[in-house]
Amino acid sequence: MKSWIENTLISPLKRRSFMKWGSAMGGAAAIAGSLPLKSVAKVNVEQANENVTKTTWSACLVNCGSRCALRLHTRDGVITSVETDNTGDENTFGLHQIRACLRGRSIKHRVYNPDRLKYPMKRVGKRGEGRFERISWDEALDLMADQLKDKAKRFGNDSIFCSYGSGTTGYRTDGRNALRRLLNMTGGYLNYYGNYSWGQIQFALPYTYGSKKPSAFGSYTTEIENSNLLVMFGYNPAETRMSGGGEIYEHMHAMKKRSVRTIIIEPRYTDTMLGKEDEWIPIRPGTDAALVEGIAHVLISENLVDQAFLDKYCQGFDEKSLPASAPKNGHYKAHIMGQGPDGVEKTPEWAAKITGIPVKRIIKLAREIGNAKPAYIVQGTGIQRQANGEQTARSIVMLPILTGNIGLPGTHTGDMPANYNYPVPRLPTGANPVKASIPFFKWTDAIIRADEMTDKTDGLRNCESLNNAIKMIICYSGNFVNQHAQSNRTAEILKDESLVEFITVIDNHMTPSARYADLLLPDVTYFENTEVTSNGYASGSQGVVFPMVPAIKPMYECRSAYDFCSSLAERFGIREKYTEGRTHEEWVEYLYAGAMAKDPQLPSLKDLQKNGPYKTIAPEEGRIALEDFRNDPETHALGTPSGKIEIYSTRLEQIAREWTLPEGDVITPLPQYVTTWESHLDPLTEKFPLQLIGFHTKGRVHSTYHNIPELREAVIDGVWINPRDAEARGIKNGDSVRIWNDRGETRVLAKVTPRIIPGVMALGEGAWYTPDRKGVDQGGCINTLTSHRNTPLSKGNPQHTNLVEIAKV
Amino acid sequence: MTQLGFYVDTSKCTGCKTCQLSCKDDNQLPVGVNWRRVYEYGGGNWEENNDGTFSQDVFTYYASISCNHCARPACTKACPTGAMHKRPEDGLVLVDESVCVGCRYCEMACPYGAPQYSEEKKHMTKCDGCYDRLAQGLGPICVESCPLRALEFGPIEELRAKYGDRANVAPLPDPTLTHPSVVIGTCRHSRPSGDTTGAILNPTEV
Repeated sequence: MKSWIENTLISPLKRRSFMKWGSAMGGAAAIAGSLPLKSVAKVNVEQANENVTKTTWSACLVNCGSRCALRLHTRDGVITSVETDNTGDENTFGLHQIRACLRGRSIKHRVYNPDRLKYPMKRVGKRGEGRFERISWDEALDLMADQLKDKAKRFGNDSIFCSYGSGTTGYRTDGRNALRRLLNMTGGYLNYYGNYSWGQIQFALPYTYGSKKPSAFGSYTTEIENSNLLVMFGYNPAETRMSGGGEIYEHMHAMKKRSVRTIIIEPRYTDTMLGKEDEWIPIRPGTDAALVEGIAHVLISENLVDQAFLDKYCQGFDEKSLPASAPKNGHYKAHIMGQGPDGVEKTPEWAAKITGIPVKRIIKLAREIGNAKPAYIVQGTGIQRQANGEQTARSIVMLPILTGNIGLPGTHTGDMPANYNYPVPRLPTGANPVKASIPFFKWTDAIIRADEMTDKTDGLRNCESLNNAIKMIICYSGNFVNQHAQSNRTAEILKDESLVEFITVIDNHMTPSARYADLLLPDVTYFENTEVTSNGYASGSQGVVFPMVPAIKPMYECRSAYDFCSSLAERFGIREKYTEGRTHEEWVEYLYAGAMAKDPQLPSLKDLQKNGPYKTIAPEEGRIALEDFRNDPETHALGTPSGKIEIYSTRLEQIAREWTLPEGDVITPLPQYVTTWESHLDPLTEKFPLQLIGFHTKGRVHSTYHNIPELREAVIDGVWINPRDAEARGIKNGDSVRIWNDRGETRVLAKVTPRIIPGVMALGEGAWYTPDRKGVDQGGCINTLTSHRNTPLSKGNPQHTNLVEIAKV
Repeated sequence: MTQLGFYVDTSKCTGCKTCQLSCKDDNQLPVGVNWRRVYEYGGGNWEENNDGTFSQDVFTYYASISCNHCARPACTKACPTGAMHKRPEDGLVLVDESVCVGCRYCEMACPYGAPQYSEEKKHMTKCDGCYDRLAQGLGPICVESCPLRALEFGPIEELRAKYGDRANVAPLPDPTLTHPSVVIGTCRHSRPSGDTTGAILNPTEV
């Protein structure tokens, strides 16, 4: 047997001693140590001597945004190694290989992992203790069906919540689609809207640009090659879009083609830079909107705004285009020049003090942006995960708006870049009979204060209030304790069995959230399943169809969601209705046949499965956001009330009037910098002087892949801290440190590096939450420190707005 | 003899470490054994200005290094058993695992950290240029895995003709020590070997 299998399966103790050595990872050992998973089953070696080797196509289905082809090599039914795409033409951009990153290349260790869930289990200790006993699938599904019926009868289907979970992203005919199909047939469940990734930007920008596509997304990154200046606010594709086929590959390709001057504004010196940028402008987190206002002051003062564009296409830049409902001097120009309600002139000097960027640099940046025609101005989405994230997102798009860099070759809207997508069909899920919807970030509130929540206070949709608190949670491939803000609070709420009465977790591994289950169902990994999937949502201009052929048989007693949902449907007397007489493989074939009927170029399913991914390329037309609007603003009016770009939003004016907000929160019709709680200007800095932001570490995808020692070795989980801040506290590179605030404390290693602005620390999100007996997280989970307080407009997640202190352990 | 070697383009590399992990996967390497390592090299200083703003001259780049299959390898000279040897036909430096006694002299001698001791096997292991893949007409696993296409492999004279012969780039040692069969494509931040303005920023990862 291969030595790596021995390492991961036969010698779990050896593996664990490594995990401990990583200090930040001590947690994983602590979790596993208390579980029945200590006993590690042997790999099925019935055919061990036959030496049958096979290579099958698959893909990595995680939520990084990209999707990469994998070729799995097996011997005697065991995965031995993983390769990636080797098809297409490396010399023709668009047909290039879709090369997987380090995560995909270490995926066999997720399949053969000591943390794998092997059979259904039910809780025996207190909730959260992590003590379970093995039960049969029949017992498990009876229990699940009884609980669903019980909650529907005693409270109503709107007390059942399908929690957020993106650990398996990309299933079209299985996974959460299969689960939702069933739940929609059995009376439904409470909906949520929005997402932890883009909750604020996607909610906020339609007020500016309207809700009609393509305005929700921007231009393709291929437009960079037509631009004279590239300005990136917190946009970091090298660490967030790592596929060697999608956004980062396309981005680098476009940058190189034109050698376009590139300026990147970020608190961290990211792996997107490394000398590829012309200039890095470090900025304090949460202050991008102030930088924009300082730039706007220079653009207006030096007459660098595109007045004709603003007059024709926009509402609210100056007196001329201000709507009747707005107050006098309610326009953007007045706000910037100090004639607005706050009376503050947003000079570069004002912006410098807030952002930490020298005055001269702000003026120079403004002149560059004002004179470059065209300029491609783009933002990433980490910066909108702040307490003022909606304002920041809307502020950054002011730069292309003020300079008229919209709808022309080489321009962008200032939003995230656009990506092409091949529409691979999905298993029909039907409609949810329950219409009520909560913001994604408010689910813990819907457990403890459902009766107080309204549309005007908590962003409820399709209802003015909730009929029920959440009484049952079904979590498919999610890690809600780990990835929701303020883990200690979430854990306390879930421990109270009088609140949520039943929690089902369906996953591959014993995650920190799986510990909070009453019922645990073991899912197959996607290498044990059949699927046809599409490119993710960050594939650049490539649209792809990926075949997924089972490389190995389902391990242990694992069953796919479609499989067990079919059995669950039987307990509701709707098996036929649920399956329509098809097995999962037959659904894949049936839906694929439908796709072939629409696209005659598609190869047969057999050929796809044999030859690998089918690649298409976005048409040349339609790659420039708002091109149609620029050409004809009457015919292609935006979905805003005025049909124009609303710098001054009348809908936000109305919301600001009607909604009830907590003290300190504001919603404004104009995009503007707002100083918030736990910003660097909060008096709380006396107690907690450092800002802490999260970032997407290369070593995992959110919390997926965390339990892979090879990845923990390659990318050490350390908190980034500037040498100035470290020296002041006697902290050296590699020291064990504790980071804390009033919400919790976590332990991690220190990465002392000049690659971060002083006063700010950064910690890769997704490390597994592992509280010890005193409640101190030994796992380096950033959500021990984040706040569940929502943002004003989208009710979204400000998970990068944190004040903390740090000390050597 | 046609000496084979690597080209490493630091202007394309994003330090993603896919090369390191694909090598580990293909060669079944345990934690602690890395035939390819990705060095994060950087430095720079921060100044706080009178108005509370900051100025800085920070720089960073990554160098992905495996074995450079040197023309004058230090490891073969240090090896008391002859296990470490240079293959005559293509200059690949290989360890004969059936001969190696695990004394680790080669590990101490190599300035690039290429020979890697295996606790499990009790002897040395190292990058073998994927000679088994080469025989099948494939490239080394790391080269074919690189998402940014920053790695190339081939006859070193061809690579030098194409990309020049820089190998004196920090944090690599002075190439006159072993005459490595590697060409480093430089980036805007590249510093020469022996540079003292920066440091390896990820000592625990390599």
